[in-house]
Amino acid sequence: MSPILEVNDLTVTFPGGIQAVRGVSYQVSRGEVLGIVGESGSGKSVTSLAVMGLLPRNAVVSGSVKLHGKELLGMDEGDLVKVRGKAISMIFQDPLSAFTPVYTIGNQLAEAVRIHQKVGKDAAAKKAVELLDLVGIPHPAIRAKSFPHEFSGGMRQRAMIAMAIANDPDLLICDEPTTALDVTIQAQILEVLKTAQQETGAGIVMITHDLGVVAGMADRVMVMYAGKPVEEGAVDDIYYRPRMPYTMGLLASIPRVDGAEGPLVPIEGNPPSPKNLPTGCPFAPRCPMRVDACEEEEPPLVAIGGDRHVACIRSREIEHKNLTGQDVFPTPVIEHAPIERVPREQRTTVLELENLIRHYPLMKGAVFKRRVGTVHAVDGISFDIVEGETLALVGESGCGKTTTLQQIMQLQPPQDGRIVVLGKDSSKLDKGTRKALRRDLQIVFQDPMAALDPRMPVSDIIAEPLRAHGHKDTDAKVKELLELVGLSATDGDRYPQHFSGGQRQRIGIARALALEPKLLVLDEPVSALDVSIQAGVINLLEDLKGRLGLSYLFVAHDLAVVRHLADRVAVMYLGRIAELGSVDRVYDHPAHPYTQALLSAIPLPDPEMERTRKRILLEGDLPSPADPPSGCRFRTRCPKFARLSEHERTRCVEEEPVVIRLANAGDHGAACHYAEEIEVITASDDQEEQ
Amino acid sequence: MRSKVVLGRMLKNRQARYGMIAFVALVLLAYVGPFVGPYDWTDKDFLSFLVPPGGDHWWGTTTIGQDMYALTLRGMQKSIVIGVLTALIATTLAAIVGAFAGYFGGWIDKALMWGVDLLLVLPSFLVIAIISPRLKESSWLWFVVLLAVFTWMITSRVVRSMTLSLREREYVQAAVYMGIPRWKIILKHIVPNLSSLLIIDYTLNVSGAVIGEAALSFFGFGIQPPEVSLGTLIAEGARNATGYPWLFAFPAGLLVLLVLSINLIGDGLRDALDPGSNS
Repeated sequence: MSPILEVNDLTVTFPGGIQAVRGVSYQVSRGEVLGIVGESGSGKSVTSLAVMGLLPRNAVVSGSVKLHGKELLGMDEGDLVKVRGKAISMIFQDPLSAFTPVYTIGNQLAEAVRIHQKVGKDAAAKKAVELLDLVGIPHPAIRAKSFPHEFSGGMRQRAMIAMAIANDPDLLICDEPTTALDVTIQAQILEVLKTAQQETGAGIVMITHDLGVVAGMADRVMVMYAGKPVEEGAVDDIYYRPRMPYTMGLLASIPRVDGAEGPLVPIEGNPPSPKNLPTGCPFAPRCPMRVDACEEEEPPLVAIGGDRHVACIRSREIEHKNLTGQDVFPTPVIEHAPIERVPREQRTTVLELENLIRHYPLMKGAVFKRRVGTVHAVDGISFDIVEGETLALVGESGCGKTTTLQQIMQLQPPQDGRIVVLGKDSSKLDKGTRKALRRDLQIVFQDPMAALDPRMPVSDIIAEPLRAHGHKDTDAKVKELLELVGLSATDGDRYPQHFSGGQRQRIGIARALALEPKLLVLDEPVSALDVSIQAGVINLLEDLKGRLGLSYLFVAHDLAVVRHLADRVAVMYLGRIAELGSVDRVYDHPAHPYTQALLSAIPLPDPEMERTRKRILLEGDLPSPADPPSGCRFRTRCPKFARLSEHERTRCVEEEPVVIRLANAGDHGAACHYAEEIEVITASDDQEEQ
Repeated sequence: MRSKVVLGRMLKNRQARYGMIAFVALVLLAYVGPFVGPYDWTDKDFLSFLVPPGGDHWWGTTTIGQDMYALTLRGMQKSIVIGVLTALIATTLAAIVGAFAGYFGGWIDKALMWGVDLLLVLPSFLVIAIISPRLKESSWLWFVVLLAVFTWMITSRVVRSMTLSLREREYVQAAVYMGIPRWKIILKHIVPNLSSLLIIDYTLNVSGAVIGEAALSFFGFGIQPPEVSLGTLIAEGARNATGYPWLFAFPAGLLVLLVLSINLIGDGLRDALDPGSNS
């Protein structure tokens, strides 16, 4: 069978000598899924844009891209337009900006059909509705008349897929199609993609940084690093028998939801800048297996048996000794604070929330505003954190995590309920005490780019909280803090934009630690970072906690990271806590149907398990917090509710469940009338061995 | 470094380069030129009235024998100083009012923006025309203040809307959670991050103020004799522009050059600081 798409020695150079892609070759056959994996800046997106001919004019592209044997590079725009959207379609990461806001979804779909097919308006409109039905949008005939902003993120991505398959393309390029979505929605979208592929029989190029998504979707995988493929092969080979240290490190550094706790394996250093690449192997500076020969010449991608290609001079040796990432990369040893051995009941409480409520009024009208409703952002949640403990608050976007966190950080009297920080009630604070309390309560933000003022040098950024609290001589302390988070003391004179994402996050952590707080609030501290960097920051956080005896309130949507870092976990759904308990109990024996669905939706970086796993797919999207369902808020999407008898259901509709401690467990409670523990994640092999 | 990149981009821009060269040359002319010329601007040469340019009086003389060269340069000094000062006051005012209104919101925002709207609907030319004769006795600095008071409003609205988005930034929130007072946050985190807007606005305000000053002085509402500015010189020269063109051509020509050079710098700065704008 001849391949649909053949890419040969593709290179892309941007002005200023930036070599974004340096020789990429691959083929995609009909019905095949090729996963391209790499960190940000590895050139994976640029490759696909070059294939589509969508790069800006100042990019210099060379090599060859053949679709059905016809060269696409250098084809003139008029002919390319006929190919784009017809033979090749692309699905973008951000479904919000991929639609024109002023036309209805149905119109835009029909337009896509009519551009490439000679059909009438009515026929195109009918086809649009059929496509929406195919990608699983309920009431497609009605929804086709909706505008993009009336669709949720997940629905928009479905519509995007519908548009991409509208003309029966031979090839679909998906550029991070699920990165912007929540896990339960991601699971739905991946299912839709699989249906779309079966329906059209197209080949798919799946570009992502998420090794879990690739494991479940791809037939073949290509790993890219610094603009070049470093390893290529069948999905099982790559995951179970990686032969290139970078792939090995990548696989070892991902926190796994089924994995054991403890330190992760970090890859030291940062990817090289495309402006000044090292002469030898680009991964050599970070590689634990580096020998002198690595720095002399860049190793070419050579075939090693079957369909596999590796760019590493020591790949034979790796194969021979059957090494894995855990063997090659050094695992740091992290000490635990003595406080962690004290039973939970005997430690002091650092943070206590009691029935916290935060409602926002929903206003309408331009001149005379009137209240038309209430957004129940946080609707009565309670939890506590003791000294030396990490509590993770997890949930999908819109569940009220961030609002909770803001309520705590503001230290203002809440609308209702109580916030007690280090024994002090936030509603009884005067100005002086509040400021003093801020010393003990600090925050690390999600986006390390946005959290640091770009116009201040790093030493000023870190010294800012010190100065605000009346410290005069800050130089020594700043140096000490920089070293504490693993940066060099001389870095203080540089500006935030000179640092990579991981280093910036370390600066953010240093700033938060400047006043020696007791409780650190972490707002998605690693979600904006690349996998190989993420592990280092997670280890740093764990290490700091042990050394300084900190307590963490950790807000995250990534359940795998939570498993590694947290002691206890609280799962939030629509402003309420669905399940609360120790990490081991909640992950191994989830009792709330929502937690079960959430855990089963997380893709595992393990192709074998991904193929055999049964997912609990949730229907639809999160209901609006302005109009939450009566009784149990989860009942509209609950798979368990669907199985209940009419009589049993009335309880879910009428009575709102509260978190009740499960009878047979220690630290574990669920807010479900019919809670029942099941095992969703089968323990992986290496865990069974332990 | 960002400032280096901006400077490099600006020097690459041909218009901005010429604008800067012209502006520096004009400033040098205004401040160094008088030392070169043979006459002081207060001197009156009773032997030569209305002499055309050339010889002893390079740019000619006026009806009462003043040397046009010395007089015009003196007027240009004043115009430059007024332009620079007015723009400084206007931009500072715009930054502070806009940032406070945007950051605090609520009734502070409402009150400040109400003030801005009020100033916007007042006919500024008329107000200045009415007030300035009453300031005849006092310093010309009052005139600068008057001009500035009517220039800052539009910018402050822009600053306010940019502040609204800046205050949601995480580094601003981080500063709040550190317990830093709010006025300090505005001065340390918000205003510096608006600097590119403010720099551009400042240069454009300079040329606006120079023209405004000239226009008001032309009608006799601005700089009062014996002090001279380009505006008063143009006003006097305009009466005899056909018969004795040097009285009009030199001050008017220098005014055009001055404003043009500043505008070129402003446009170049905008392109350099904000590569997205192509207008």
